[in-house]
Formats: sequence, C-alpha cells, structure tokens
Amino acid sequence: MFCLLAEFATHHQLREAARAAHRDGYSRVDAYSPFPVEGLAEDLGFTEDRVPWLTFLGGVAGAAATLFIQWWANVVDYPINVGGRPLAAWPAFLFPSFEVGTLWAVLAAAIGMLVMNGLPGGGHPLLRFEAFHLATDDKFFLAILADDPRFDEAATRRFLEDLGAEGIWEVPP
Amino acid sequence: MARHPILPPRQDYAMVTAEVADVAHNPVIRRRWWLAMAAAVPLVVAFLASTGLLFWLGTGVWGINIPVNWGLAIINTVWWVGIGHAGTLISSLLLLMGEGWRNSLNRFAEAMTLFAATMAGLFPILHLGRPELFYWNFPIPSTFGVWPQFRSPLAWDFFSFVSYVLVSLAFWYVGMIPDLATLRDRSTGAAKAVYGALALGWRGSAVHWARWRQAYLGIAAAAFHLVISVHSGVAMLFAGGPIPGWHTTIFPPYFVLGAVFSGFAVVIMLAIGLRTAFRLAPLITMRHLDILGRLLLATGLLTLYAYLADAFHAWYSGDSYEIRTLLDRVGGEYAWSAWTAVTLNFGAIQLLWWRRPRRSQAVLFLAGLSVAAGMWFERYMLVVSGLYRDYLPSAWHTYDATLWEWLLFAGTGGVFVVLFLLFARWLPMVSIFEVKEELERRG
Repeated sequence: MFCLLAEFATHHQLREAARAAHRDGYSRVDAYSPFPVEGLAEDLGFTEDRVPWLTFLGGVAGAAATLFIQWWANVVDYPINVGGRPLAAWPAFLFPSFEVGTLWAVLAAAIGMLVMNGLPGGGHPLLRFEAFHLATDDKFFLAILADDPRFDEAATRRFLEDLGAEGIWEVPP
Repeated sequence: MARHPILPPRQDYAMVTAEVADVAHNPVIRRRWWLAMAAAVPLVVAFLASTGLLFWLGTGVWGINIPVNWGLAIINTVWWVGIGHAGTLISSLLLLMGEGWRNSLNRFAEAMTLFAATMAGLFPILHLGRPELFYWNFPIPSTFGVWPQFRSPLAWDFFSFVSYVLVSLAFWYVGMIPDLATLRDRSTGAAKAVYGALALGWRGSAVHWARWRQAYLGIAAAAFHLVISVHSGVAMLFAGGPIPGWHTTIFPPYFVLGAVFSGFAVVIMLAIGLRTAFRLAPLITMRHLDILGRLLLATGLLTLYAYLADAFHAWYSGDSYEIRTLLDRVGGEYAWSAWTAVTLNFGAIQLLWWRRPRRSQAVLFLAGLSVAAGMWFERYMLVVSGLYRDYLPSAWHTYDATLWEWLLFAGTGGVFVVLFLLFARWLPMVSIFEVKEELERRG
C-alpha cells in the first residue's frame, strides 16, 4: 500500500484533519486541494523560505553577470571613445543588467520551485488512482503514507473516520 | 444602485471547472471558433507573403528612406509591445496588491501579453537589412572581436524585449500548471497524455502549493517593474537621439501611460469577445467590465496629461526646432495622424464617466477599438512627424507606407488572433483555481 487516502468536502475540514494528524505525531502526511489553501502547508509543519531566497539570489546573480559582461566587453576588451566620456560610466550599463536580472530571478523562482517539488515527476501512485482526480476539481484529500512510523492500517483508518472523512481508500503503490 | 458582484452567487468549484474546461466541447462555440479562425487565416497568408517578399527583395519593398527610416515597422513594434503591458499589470501588480477581481482576467491577459510582445519583437528583426544576423545583438565571443555597444538604447531594448518575452512565458506557464493538471484529470487518450506532460505531475499537494505560491509571488514581485521599464526603454530609443520632438525627458512616462492605456483597450475587447462568443459571462462579469472601463478612462486621462506636458515642454524649451516640430505635428503634412489620435483616444472614453455606458458591452467594445486604433495613430504621429523634416530643409522628405508594410501589419494581427484562438481552444482561458480561490475568499 502507498497510503490511506481520505476525502473531505471543504478546505476547513481538510485543515482540521491536517492539524489533527500533525498533532497526533504523523510525519509522512500530505494534503491535496484544488486551489492553494492559506496555512494548510504550515499545518503540516512547512516552514521553509528557500524559494524567495533563490529568487533574490537569481536576480542578483543575473544582474551581476550582465553588468560584468558589459563592462568587460565595452571597457576592457573593445573600448570605444565616444566624445571623451568615461568608459566605465556604470549608469549606461544599468538597463540590461536590470532586465536580465529580472529574467534570472523569474527563472530561478520557477525552476527552483519545480525542482524542490520533485516536478516534473510522472507515475505518482496518487495520479494513477481514479478517485483522486477530483483533487484538481472540487474535493480535498488527506493522505497518510504507509511508510509513516506511526502508520497502523486499522488505527489510522479509525483516526481518519473520526475526523469526518467522506471516503477512505487504500491507494496501491 | 445595487453593486454587481464580482462573481455571481451560487457558483461552486465544480461549476467553475466545467465553465472553463468544457468550453471547447460545446458545438455552438466550436462553430464560432472556426468562423473566427477562417477570418484570421487569410491574414496569416498576408503575413507570410509580405515577410517572404521582404526576405527575397529586402527593405526596399517598404516606403522607408532617409530621413524617415523608421516607418510602420517601428510604429507597430511600439504599438504591439505597449498592448502587452496591461497584461503584465493585471497579472503581477494587481496580484501583489491583493486585488482578487483580477483572477478572472489574468490568464487571457497574460496570453495577450505573450503574443503581443512576440509580434513586437518580430518587427525590429524584419527591419534589419540582414535579419538573419539579429543574433549579433547577443554578446557572443566571436572571431570578429567586436561586441554590441551596450551604452545604446538599441542594445538595451534587445535585452528588455528578450527578457520580457521569456518572463511573460514563465509567468504564464507557472500560473497555468495547476489548471493543466485539472484538464489532465478531465480528459482521456492523447489529450490526457499531452496535458499530463504539460502539467509535470502536479497533484495539488499542500507543500507544493506553498512553494508554488512563494514562486508565483516572487515572480510577480520581480517582474511587475516590466510594465514601466520595458516601455521606458522603448521611449529612450526615441529620446536618446538628438531628434526634435523626441529628445525629451517626458518620453518614458509618456510612453508607459499610453502603453497601459492601449493595453486596457485590447483587454476590454478580448474580455467582451470571450464572454459573448465563448460564454464566459459567469466568470468575466459586468463588474469586471465596469472596473476595466474605469481603468481605461483613468489611464486615458493620464495619457492626455502626457500629451499636454509634451507640447508644453516643446514650447517652453524655446528651441526653434522643437517648436517647429510641434507646429508640424498639429498643422503639417501628417497633422491628420495627430488629430486622429487625439479624437480616437480621448473622444469615446469620455462616455465612461457614466455607469450606464460602462455597463454596455457595445459601448465598451467600441471605446476599446477606438483607443487601440488611436494609440496606433499616436505612434505614427510620433515616428513620422518627428523624422520627415530634418534639420536642413534640403533633407526634408515625406513617407508613405507601401502595400507590403500594410499587409505585414495586418498579417501580424492575423497571427496574433490565430495564436489567441489556439490558446482559447486548447488551454484554460480563465484561471480555474484562482477563480475558486476568489470564490472561497468571498464565501
């Protein structure tokens, strides 16, 4: 078995269930919703801020790299004297640095988010499970993974029933 | 008077999914889609013919020459990229400001941005005598040992256009991944495989959503300045040179305001088209149109202020060439373009002071069309009347666009419409999960 999957009708119920599972000591738990539910990941113990940092660092790196290329090309390798103006007048190089820095920040955010989420990743057991398809439509799901140290098929099933799940399934691996 | 709600009452999540995802299966809508496609495809043929001839014979098939060496190509570039900015404003700036009503508009506005910016990017390349060498703008180490001149606004705009197109694509795609998963889970066979590949295995996990949210907000925060910076760069392409009528510091804000103004005009036209032809009225409501109408009026008045400030500074400078260009604009050979721009830009939008016209689709659509056309004439006025009288009267020369320039312009319109129709047919035109989020927030 991959996990026990419980279906809930509203995101309020899902949040309560997620909090209860976290409180109860389950560590291999995931919740699924058709739209982002504020606070749901935090209910499961999510505290990370790596994506914002990556975005910032991507932007700084892109801007620095672009500034360096411009400086090296136009000041060091092939200087052109235009009316005696100083060669390394940095404001003239700001615009491409700003735009390319933005591009790197955006790519760092997008690619970093996907990689941290383990995407692209096909063949996930839940994606093969028919009832789970409503997770992208109008239903809310909580999964307790079978490799959770606290997982006990009968006890966990009872735990989910007590939380008011509308349906509980065993998802094959 | 009772305020219309942003979203009609008694909608649930499954209805929202069906309203967006099942549009393509409705036979009436399919027929309309094919009709629109049939109207746009001849223009694509015109695009291919006019670019084909251009590649074969060179820019001599256009009417450009010295002194008017920027003709329709640059007018169209500025017009197309300006349209895109309303999409960026809706998707990023309004997201950061927490304006939930944008959630019905951002997806198709982003598609508009991406396609419009792509059309804009084509023209400077086609305008090169040797378009196949456009990549020389990249700083590529080569045996020539020469580099791009990075101090030039021409180089700036190359980087800003490339960044803008790629950022718009990334934003659009990252925002669409959850909806692609919804389409995957509702389809079968080959469609399921394609949507499944595009959705990258998205399953709506809470932790995935949390990181996605951080990335989405991060992208918006990093990218919202593009609304201002990209068109400021375009404006500096003009203002950077010693051309009377261009060489002024008001140009960046002047261009940005006009760009957002023209973009809202096109967003209004697309919104009305989608809600009537594709039956998206439950998601794109009269209240959305009302807000867009107000924004069109507000950005229009700001643009009018920029016109007046530009004229004032030309007069106040005391520079005889500046004043001559101003007089040429309002009374010279191309005065028609200036007065058409003023009339189309600021005439129809005056109706939008009142609520009733703002709630009329016909009035709003015509106001949008009027502004989109007016802003094109504005760029014609700026480019051509700025160039046709050089400093020396011996160098004066007029400009008339040839058939091939007009066909190319119409052709990019056709390519834009075809791209937009393909998007409307195969991808979620309205952000399904963001509308659900908004429904949830409004209870």
